[in-house]
Amino acid sequence: MSRFTFKLRAPPPQRVDLSPLIPERLTGKNVREIAALPINTTRVALAVGDLFQLLDGDRDEIVFEGGAERLDRIGAGMGAGSIRVSGEVGVEAGRLMEGGKLDIDGNAGPFAGSGMHGGKLTIGRNVGERLGGPLAGETEGMTGGVIHVLGDAGPRAGDRMRRGFVLIEGASGECAGSRMIAGTIAIGGNAGSLPGYLMNRGTILIAGGVERMGSTFLDCGAFELVAARLLATYVAGVSARLGDAFHGSLRRYAGDLAALGKGEILMRSA
Amino acid sequence: MSELSAGGVVIDDTFAEAFDMRATALLITADSAKWAMQAAETMIGFATSVIACGCEAGIDRPLSAADTPDGRSGVRVLLFAVSTAELQKQVQNRVSQCVLTSVGSACYSGLEVGDDKLSLGAAIRYFGDGWQIAKKIGDRRYWRVPVMDGEFVCESTTWLTKRAVGGGNLIIMGATPKKTLAAAEAAVEAMRGVQDVIMPFPGGIVRSGSKVGSKYRSAVASTNHLYCPTLKGAVESAIGPEIGSVLEIVIDGLTSEAVAAAMRAGLRAIADLGPARGALRVGAGNYGGRLGKHHYRLRELAP
Repeated sequence: MSRFTFKLRAPPPQRVDLSPLIPERLTGKNVREIAALPINTTRVALAVGDLFQLLDGDRDEIVFEGGAERLDRIGAGMGAGSIRVSGEVGVEAGRLMEGGKLDIDGNAGPFAGSGMHGGKLTIGRNVGERLGGPLAGETEGMTGGVIHVLGDAGPRAGDRMRRGFVLIEGASGECAGSRMIAGTIAIGGNAGSLPGYLMNRGTILIAGGVERMGSTFLDCGAFELVAARLLATYVAGVSARLGDAFHGSLRRYAGDLAALGKGEILMRSA
Repeated sequence: MSELSAGGVVIDDTFAEAFDMRATALLITADSAKWAMQAAETMIGFATSVIACGCEAGIDRPLSAADTPDGRSGVRVLLFAVSTAELQKQVQNRVSQCVLTSVGSACYSGLEVGDDKLSLGAAIRYFGDGWQIAKKIGDRRYWRVPVMDGEFVCESTTWLTKRAVGGGNLIIMGATPKKTLAAAEAAVEAMRGVQDVIMPFPGGIVRSGSKVGSKYRSAVASTNHLYCPTLKGAVESAIGPEIGSVLEIVIDGLTSEAVAAAMRAGLRAIADLGPARGALRVGAGNYGGRLGKHHYRLRELAP
């Protein structure tokens, strides 16, 4: 069976909440019922059929043809199947994902993968601030799964992350891994200022240097860590380039000693 | 006894009787094959028999860098015990005293699936005195314990199998000690090519095969006088005048099939060596079939 396709007719007239359009919530519904699902976020009613042309297909394989910065919460809460977006998306893409695959060809807005529990989120270009992070009032961000960003990430990527992997091919904004509880972040480019700000535990690998390292991170020396080998093998399954970055001698900075101090930043030793 | 023979070696029409055991496999790695083997050999020391050692342990096989989780040289070790509690105790004691202490070592579960889990790093992490760090990678959890040469990395748990078998055996009888040993060595060498089995005694061979019980109340096992060549003629004996030496190979396996495969390989090697250079006769030890549920009939395993 072919993939179920949502073809964007025109740029959305308001921000839209696309969280109902995930495989498990579409299963058992016919095209007419799906077209009638409300996706408006203002008092102006807007249904799926108003914004998208629907092409019937397998509910486990969903495609959005065309993207827009106003397409919010795409793939939020999905637990299985796959969603592919050809274009950019708005805020909270893949928020609270529990499984499956969400592939976004273009840019993604803030809070992509927020509080994600499992599955794999791939962002083809750049992503906004607080990748995987919690919303206001929540105590933890990402708790599992893999986020792979092929471009750059905004500030505070992996904020309050507890488990899982955030893999950023490009650069990250300031305070990557801020308030990390645990988990692993790998940054292929420059990490900006103050990576690991107030992190308790966890690992941040930085392949492209930092603008400013926090004074509460202490240089422990350079090592070829067995744990880095394990990380390299796993990460290489997603990104050969970032997997390579874990190999060889890595300088270990322990911190943030302004918090629990059991985290680490690993950087290529000179 | 029947007239069954292979390569001129008489094969007794009998069977080896073996028992259910609990077992686990561990992968031990290090910066070099030498140090991985050093850690493994230290860990399997004093683990020949559950009678007094708590467990039976041995090396299954060396592993290339491509076959280990961390891409370093490694060794796969198997441990067998009579209960889950005893196996847990032995794993914890042996890894903490022999692997943790060995230069550059790391330790991982050597089974992908099993019936239950044993604590591995989860029990040893406390050596880190609070500086240990957990790292979850995929569905596996590891502990990183700071030690004086860097970090000891140890998987949090290892799988336990309840389908393991202990006590498969061959009794090898020859005219002289030299020829009997040659046959036993050939058999052990062939058995080492079978995966998921160990031969826990020194060099894979035991020269002091035992029977259950003793004339002394304090001893639970005593010499198997039926196979002692120096007693033949003086006591009831299972060997004829042509036999001058007897050696036994005990086999533990993660599965019954693995034990049978090892015995089959051993019998073939003994037959290939032949009676002129090796054994005159091969038998197996049993308890009349009353104690162990696994019976390996030599007639079915002989080449």
